[in-house]
Amino acid sequence: MLVLGQDEKAKYPFLADAGEYLKDKGFSLVQFGSDPVLKLSVEKALHRIKVAAAGEVYKSDIDKDGQASKDYVLEREVFSFLLAIVLIKLTGMSTLIKRFALAEARRAENYLEKDLGNASNKSKIDLATRIIYDLFNIEIIKENDFFVIPVSDYLKHSVTFHEREWKLINRHVENGKVFLTPDKTVRLIRKELGNYISSKIINAPKPSMIPGLENIVNELILISKKLTPTYTITTGEYPPCIKHAIDILEKGENLPHSGRFMLATFLLSRGQTVQQIAPLFKNAPDYNPRVTLYQLNHLAGTSGSSTKYACPSCEKLKTQDLCFITKECDNIINPSQFGKKRK
Amino acid sequence: MNEIDIKFLEDSFKKYYFNHFDLISSPGRTSEREFGYQKFNSSFFNRHISLKDDKELHLLFMQNIPSDVYCSNAYYAFPNSPMNEKDWKEADLIFDIDAKDLNLSCRKNHTVSICNQCNEISKNTNQCVKCNSTKLEKKSLPCKTCIEASKIEVLKLSNVLTDDLGINKEDIHIYFSGNEGFHVYVYNSQFQQLGSKERSELVDYIMFHGAIPETFGMKKFKPNRSSFPDFDQKGWNGRFSKQVFGSKSKRSKIISELLSNGYSSFQKTLDDVSEQIGVKIDPNVTMDIHRIFRLPGSINSKSGLTKSLCIDVIKFEPYTDACFLNDDSVEVLANCPVEFKLKNKKFGPYKNQKISIPTDAAAYRIGKKLATIA
Repeated sequence: MLVLGQDEKAKYPFLADAGEYLKDKGFSLVQFGSDPVLKLSVEKALHRIKVAAAGEVYKSDIDKDGQASKDYVLEREVFSFLLAIVLIKLTGMSTLIKRFALAEARRAENYLEKDLGNASNKSKIDLATRIIYDLFNIEIIKENDFFVIPVSDYLKHSVTFHEREWKLINRHVENGKVFLTPDKTVRLIRKELGNYISSKIINAPKPSMIPGLENIVNELILISKKLTPTYTITTGEYPPCIKHAIDILEKGENLPHSGRFMLATFLLSRGQTVQQIAPLFKNAPDYNPRVTLYQLNHLAGTSGSSTKYACPSCEKLKTQDLCFITKECDNIINPSQFGKKRK
Repeated sequence: MNEIDIKFLEDSFKKYYFNHFDLISSPGRTSEREFGYQKFNSSFFNRHISLKDDKELHLLFMQNIPSDVYCSNAYYAFPNSPMNEKDWKEADLIFDIDAKDLNLSCRKNHTVSICNQCNEISKNTNQCVKCNSTKLEKKSLPCKTCIEASKIEVLKLSNVLTDDLGINKEDIHIYFSGNEGFHVYVYNSQFQQLGSKERSELVDYIMFHGAIPETFGMKKFKPNRSSFPDFDQKGWNGRFSKQVFGSKSKRSKIISELLSNGYSSFQKTLDDVSEQIGVKIDPNVTMDIHRIFRLPGSINSKSGLTKSLCIDVIKFEPYTDACFLNDDSVEVLANCPVEFKLKNKKFGPYKNQKISIPTDAAAYRIGKKLATIA
């Protein structure tokens, strides 16, 4: 268990035990609804959530090293975080949880990055690496100006990133280790940090309404509702990878197994039936109607394990040489998103 | 395949299995792996089999005389349960290097096609010369160039595995696949528990796929020559330097060219380099964490050759060292428009000829559907 100083709690408030912290400081939640001095913390909490909901990162009153001119500033940093969680719990809106957790993760990232990059202060580096180890079980070792982590740990976290710079090929890899700068090290765990914070919020008990905070909670519910997209429209056109696969089959050429899997799962995701899809494969050099139907039913989840298979991601299709990206793909990450626009 | 051919292959395989149990063993932790096998002339795939040890494995061979035997790279809590109930624990990392994926110019010289409609065999692989059908089954009889090119890929792969990915040499086992290439197994690595997505990333790394100009020193804005890689650098930077600059004396001049050609052109250079220095592995094989692979020591029914461990891959001669069936002569009716070599002896080409050849050569032909017992 990490033992944290007041400045560290202000930088990484999600590490503090909420109940303990309030008790230590001699306050109860109810006081925040009525006490005019404590109201400042409530306003700060509201501001913290609003900034997060707008997709931005809240700017603290503490400096980059986690220092402040007065102790109460540090206290208010922690209070506002803990209160923000209480307010979000009272709204019951999951969109707010996601946005707040991500924004707070990015805020903490700035401090972690600063601590890791602090060449002159070994204890700060140690704290940051300890946090990363304790929370995410990733062992980071400092080697000259870099932080090195095992390739397998890197892959477990980086596979969810879509930017090409995060592909392993674009990293310095040596002897089973990936070399990262402090900012990349911290960026690597952003999602996990976000997940950690959101799980803390989700697992926190839902408090009963605090008298005096009703209006703030209602205001947050309204903000959250505006953030949820309402519907999508689809053009109905097929993405280039699917067109290419159909083209190959129409020519009677051999489409590899992975290509057939992509085509079938894509068409199933567009609502086509097994009977509608099966004739597409009749030109394949090794066409066997019985086998085709069996495999399509398996993919559709109507036979076998009843697992419905999803269309592979664009990233996977690139690796399989099945991607024929065009401008129209518009940064989608799965062919099934092609032509869909949020309104 | 007709019954006489099946009888011949079954007898030959049985003899081999009976005499070579020493070569057939599971790759460790037998009871946690899934086994599977096929019998001659049956499309049914017996999968989801669990075996206690090598003794049970040998029994499976003797009781079933399988045409092909497979074993998972994955370890399961319940290997004999249906796939979604097996409880996957981890999987060895496996790479497949196959001559057919290397785009070699020699392939057209030794690939034949069998028409699915009229069974005509010819060297024309686009359409049947007799009935013009395009539904053709292609069979390749790999040549020395194919094998040598595959070996180069194996060596490139071993280099990336040890130098970049920190894998111990002793944990890398190389096998001739029994047909046209090699299977490279990696045991006890930090990658055992990686899922399919992560393995796919590893594949891209090994194949040099997805590199961006910035990684190799070319910035979009204000590029400068000091950030380009150099020869003594580890990993892909060093390999890139050797490939693109050639020699130290040319480095400076080539960097100037790269800078003047610009960012987009550099991306094109990377794509070309990928083709040359990337390791040509089959991505689907490495990504698959539930696959069953031909069992080491078992015979590949497509060729009659054994999947064999290569202690020294450079010296390994598949068409001699993996050839374990006997030399007894058999009479076959051969129809194969290209020649091939087995144990340093040339065979063919044959045009519907009745010939007497050793058992191993006959099994090779029959396995490829290019001969039948006369």
